[in-house]
Amino acid sequence: MSDAALREPLLTVRDLRVHFSMPKRSLLARHRDTLKAVDGISFDLAAGETVGVVGESGCGKSTLGRAILRLIPVTDGQVLWLGEDLRAASASRMREHRRDLQVIFQDPLASLDPRMTVGDIIAEPLRTFNPQMAKDEARQHVRDLMRTVGLMPEMINRYPHEFSGGQCQRIGIARAMILRPKLVICDEPVSALDVSIQSQIINLLMDLQAEFGLSLIFISHDLSVVRHISHRIMVLYMGRLVEMADRDALYDTPRHPYTQALISAVPLPDPDAERAKTRIVLEGDLPSPVDPPSGCIFRTRCPKAVDHCAAELPALQTIASGHQVACHYWDRPAPQKGT
Amino acid sequence: MSEAARMPPAAATPAPDPAEAVLEVTGLNTRFATPDGEVRAVNDVNFTVARGETVGVVGESGSGKSQVFMSVMGLLASNGNATGRVRFQGQDILGMAASKLNRIRGSRMSMIFQDPMTSLNPFLTVARQMTEVLVQHKGMGERDALKRSVEMLDLVRIPEAARRVTMYPHEFSGGMRQRVMVAMALLCQPDLLIADEPTTALDVTVQAQILDLMQTLKREFSTSIVLITHDLGVIAGLADRVMVMYGGSVVEEGGVRDIFYDPQHPYSAGLLQSMPRLAAGRAERLVSIPGQPPNLQRLPPGCPFRPRCPHAFDPCETDDPALRPIGPGRAKACHLDAMP
Repeated sequence: MSDAALREPLLTVRDLRVHFSMPKRSLLARHRDTLKAVDGISFDLAAGETVGVVGESGCGKSTLGRAILRLIPVTDGQVLWLGEDLRAASASRMREHRRDLQVIFQDPLASLDPRMTVGDIIAEPLRTFNPQMAKDEARQHVRDLMRTVGLMPEMINRYPHEFSGGQCQRIGIARAMILRPKLVICDEPVSALDVSIQSQIINLLMDLQAEFGLSLIFISHDLSVVRHISHRIMVLYMGRLVEMADRDALYDTPRHPYTQALISAVPLPDPDAERAKTRIVLEGDLPSPVDPPSGCIFRTRCPKAVDHCAAELPALQTIASGHQVACHYWDRPAPQKGT
Repeated sequence: MSEAARMPPAAATPAPDPAEAVLEVTGLNTRFATPDGEVRAVNDVNFTVARGETVGVVGESGSGKSQVFMSVMGLLASNGNATGRVRFQGQDILGMAASKLNRIRGSRMSMIFQDPMTSLNPFLTVARQMTEVLVQHKGMGERDALKRSVEMLDLVRIPEAARRVTMYPHEFSGGMRQRVMVAMALLCQPDLLIADEPTTALDVTVQAQILDLMQTLKREFSTSIVLITHDLGVIAGLADRVMVMYGGSVVEEGGVRDIFYDPQHPYSAGLLQSMPRLAAGRAERLVSIPGQPPNLQRLPPGCPFRPRCPHAFDPCETDDPALRPIGPGRAKACHLDAMP
């Protein structure tokens, strides 16, 4: 386990559930379907730690981030911030916590108001939380931070459309950082950026973490990026946590068949290695999220699945220090079908 | 599909045989007229694609990689204009009338796009869209065309193809839609398939299915493939030869192993180094290329990569380096003799 994880957790998530009630399929339908976007996820996050969240479209990774921030209603479970349950927090208490909890989104341009100058965008959280701060002082803060995130302070009066995608993401990062938060949830922060720009932003996030002791929840579908930036990584499949481990353990000794397939599917930028490797190609498509399979949710695509997997949902079990996996057969070949 | 698909080892660079060239592009320039001035999207691009060869085209947004092939296919936006020469199987096709070009497009030369939903007609069933191609190009009857379409959907592993073919595009998942696109592009067994970011919108496990399919095409039908992508991993797995584009020009060209293991242009080298590696440690910083890609409306004088290049020296300020041969099947557009 990483050093960071041994310390007192900043954030504790216990059995978090976010279920959406879907519209009736027809006028005659008796009841509504329930979509379990996040279903029973638990983890801790320590100060200065980065937890990566990986999984494919619809696995619930963005919903998880939003539920922690209370941007969407939580159905059940606990989100403890420094020991205090955020779900029970009053509106004014929650507002205080929001100083510490910030978010960066995928589409840098769409998350910036086109009619505000960069200076006003970055300063907005200051005006909200520190209305008594003098204007000059606020602008000085903004200039300093622009320099920290690699933007020229002279550009303070420009508008978002005058910046490239990578620069817009720096603006979003500056806005998230201005209140010196303790936790920043990054939802696909580099997915829309070109490779050469992506590496600039990843380096910036890691520098900010080192400088301010920031914790990050880094949500991404890109396994190479997640491996690079995270201390620990959780893998989600259809709203459930299927495996969680320290970064090296997860990539070097993945135990869940889904994690194994996911890692083997990442194309390597190395022709000899890429052509020599064995790729596990999963059969079929994701099952319908409103009608998930019985038992293990992954069994319909799992190369190991047997009858037992349809009968019993595998619990998340700890198999080594800091390594958890939800699979009946993680340590052995599955028995032949019918035996 | 087998659970584990083992791919053949990287082949030696095949020498492109000009007599066998499927596509020959010479002196291609593409310009767009905009209210803010002319955009020079493609600048003097030359290349050939041999029969059975897979050429990877790498570059970032705005590098001109897509516009080269939109020019080739005659699909430029109305404010675009392409000049130069494009020969497809010995026939000049640049500027050819749409009616004549339509006999080639979709039949001997097909294209797959990144977003299948914008390329499929949402109002027509998949069957309608697929049979139309065969009726138009091959003069097949409706019944034969439908049979062939179902076979093709089977080939790209759409489950229950005979039932699914009667469905509308929105009833398919993203990965299945992309497979439908591939099936449509292959209906007439084209000699050249141009795939523009074919897996970018897909999840990795679905991407693996599509890449597997393209591998089969390459092996079993010896289709020539042009693979346009920003994902170096996808190129590493499929391409025989690679073209690296920057600022509307080809800056380096060579066999796939040459480009990945011995890049000779500072941009190719920087791009490879800035990729986070699945097998790397956390502590190290990523190498990044400072600055931004160039604005194609205001390309700087000299080399387009100069403002971001760690090795730039005097000639780079004034002379735009031409693509010049640096070895068998290799070329680069850089004033440096060798990478420092």
